[in-house]
Amino acid sequence: MSALRLPYPEICELECKACGRCVAACPKGVLRLSEGFNPRGYHYAEYGGEGCIGCGRCFYTCPEPYTLRIHLPARDKAAKKAEA
Amino acid sequence: MADTERILEARGLYATFPRKGGSAPRATHYCAGCGHGILHKLIGEALADLGLQDRAVFISPVGCTVFGYYYFDCGNIQAAHGRAPAVGTGMRRVLPHAVIVCYQGDGDLASIGMNQTFQAANRGEGMAVLFVNNAVYGMTGGQMAPTSLLGQRTVTSPRGRDPANDGYPVHACEIINQLQAPVYIERCSLADAARVQKARQAVRKALRIQAENKGYAFVEFLSPCPTNMRSDSAATTAFLIEEMEKEFPLACFRDRSREAVPRTSPQPCFDRAALDALFSEGAAAATPAPTARGVLRVKVAGFGGQGVLSLGLMLARAATQAGCTATWFPSYGPEQRGGTANCSVVIADGPIGSPVVSTTDVLLALNRPSLERFVGDVVPGGKVFYDATVGDVTLPDSLEATAVPAFELATACSAAKAANTAMLGAVAACGLAGIPRDTFRAVVGHSFAGKPAVQVLNQRVFDAACDWIDTHPRRQDAAGR
Repeated sequence: MSALRLPYPEICELECKACGRCVAACPKGVLRLSEGFNPRGYHYAEYGGEGCIGCGRCFYTCPEPYTLRIHLPARDKAAKKAEA
Repeated sequence: MADTERILEARGLYATFPRKGGSAPRATHYCAGCGHGILHKLIGEALADLGLQDRAVFISPVGCTVFGYYYFDCGNIQAAHGRAPAVGTGMRRVLPHAVIVCYQGDGDLASIGMNQTFQAANRGEGMAVLFVNNAVYGMTGGQMAPTSLLGQRTVTSPRGRDPANDGYPVHACEIINQLQAPVYIERCSLADAARVQKARQAVRKALRIQAENKGYAFVEFLSPCPTNMRSDSAATTAFLIEEMEKEFPLACFRDRSREAVPRTSPQPCFDRAALDALFSEGAAAATPAPTARGVLRVKVAGFGGQGVLSLGLMLARAATQAGCTATWFPSYGPEQRGGTANCSVVIADGPIGSPVVSTTDVLLALNRPSLERFVGDVVPGGKVFYDATVGDVTLPDSLEATAVPAFELATACSAAKAANTAMLGAVAACGLAGIPRDTFRAVVGHSFAGKPAVQVLNQRVFDAACDWIDTHPRRQDAAGR
């Protein structure tokens, strides 16, 4: 069951200031700045929908605490932590 | 669901950031691409992971993070510019269990706060100093900072930083590394994701050292400020990596965190008994004088050299001799002989909250300017003693005023300088806070104990003043006091 689930970023469009750090940080190139604007006038970051490996680089390099959350499926080997 | 998924998200921070307001209550007040938000996440996460939120005191600097207390879900203080080390030292010594986090920018730490930083590091104070170096004064609009690079154009170095005029970039880690006491010194960068990971480890190490009470930790973060670089995130990242790192190489300068021995700090005691033991000079001070009621506020004023301050001291001494508590608080004029001087004396039958006298119960004025300046502060029913040389003066009927010929009495005793003692004699004879006349006289003797001839003269002046009061009926106030 869990084998089918993949990591993915959850992006709060409203808080994104479009600095682009997450886009530059993503090793898979699956983040981009949107064509449209968020209500505050920024081209918010968005996820292409597939390819996230859950490395967390976008999360840690994002200057906004609550703009990015990364959903990581639980693994059988609990010892492997993302923060290691 | 909770068992099958873990969420990587910010921790250790408040749920909303009301500082900025507006339509995004969970967005920071920082500019797009700012390094502060990145570091905030790293600190918050470390505080949460290490279980330090209830022990931590985050000291906000002056600069863009002046509002740090809107973000960190822990103890918070905002310190004056560059003064985080002093505030942190105080907190740490009062609360030995506290984890002190001094968050400071380059303008704050490397400029106005450099000496305090240096001294705190030299003492090895238990604090984690997180130093954000973005090479400009950010909040005020991008002026040249101590850490600005040579040739760097800022609004105050429009032709580039010139060492002949502006000196050289300050290397804070290298300066701190000259000292013996620090346990951990590292320079990191927030330029890109890989460097942020190293910075994350440094934050955790610095805070772990605090959690284990091992001493002083100093971590510098090269930090992006796209707004003041007049560029975007990508160009600022390139500036950090290609230019700043040349001047400020990333390195761990020192890590003694393993071998450092946890220190035991004495637990300070602030209970009432301990403070009383510290501040009272003996049992006498704890015994209230039966005659002093409440608080009596005395102002003594005159020219410098008239003995104004020593008159106040004698009053205060007499009060303590009589078992009262007393404070003596001098106010000097400009450093000039002959300028005006005054002092405040508070006499009470218990602890005194403030030595400052703004409304006065008893005024002793040795000249006319002093009388005119302070008589308005005397409460209705208060007493005013002024020297007779002041001459004709109209005072409110509500005051019990006495013109004492202090200079005349002193001169008659061949002790022209002892007018202050004459004034003391007059006050003693009229009664002050129920202090016996003999107590005042003994204090006069004590004050001049080292000069027997002067001692005799002053006691003679004191006695003459007492006699003068006893033989001259004074003006009575409306209440017939």
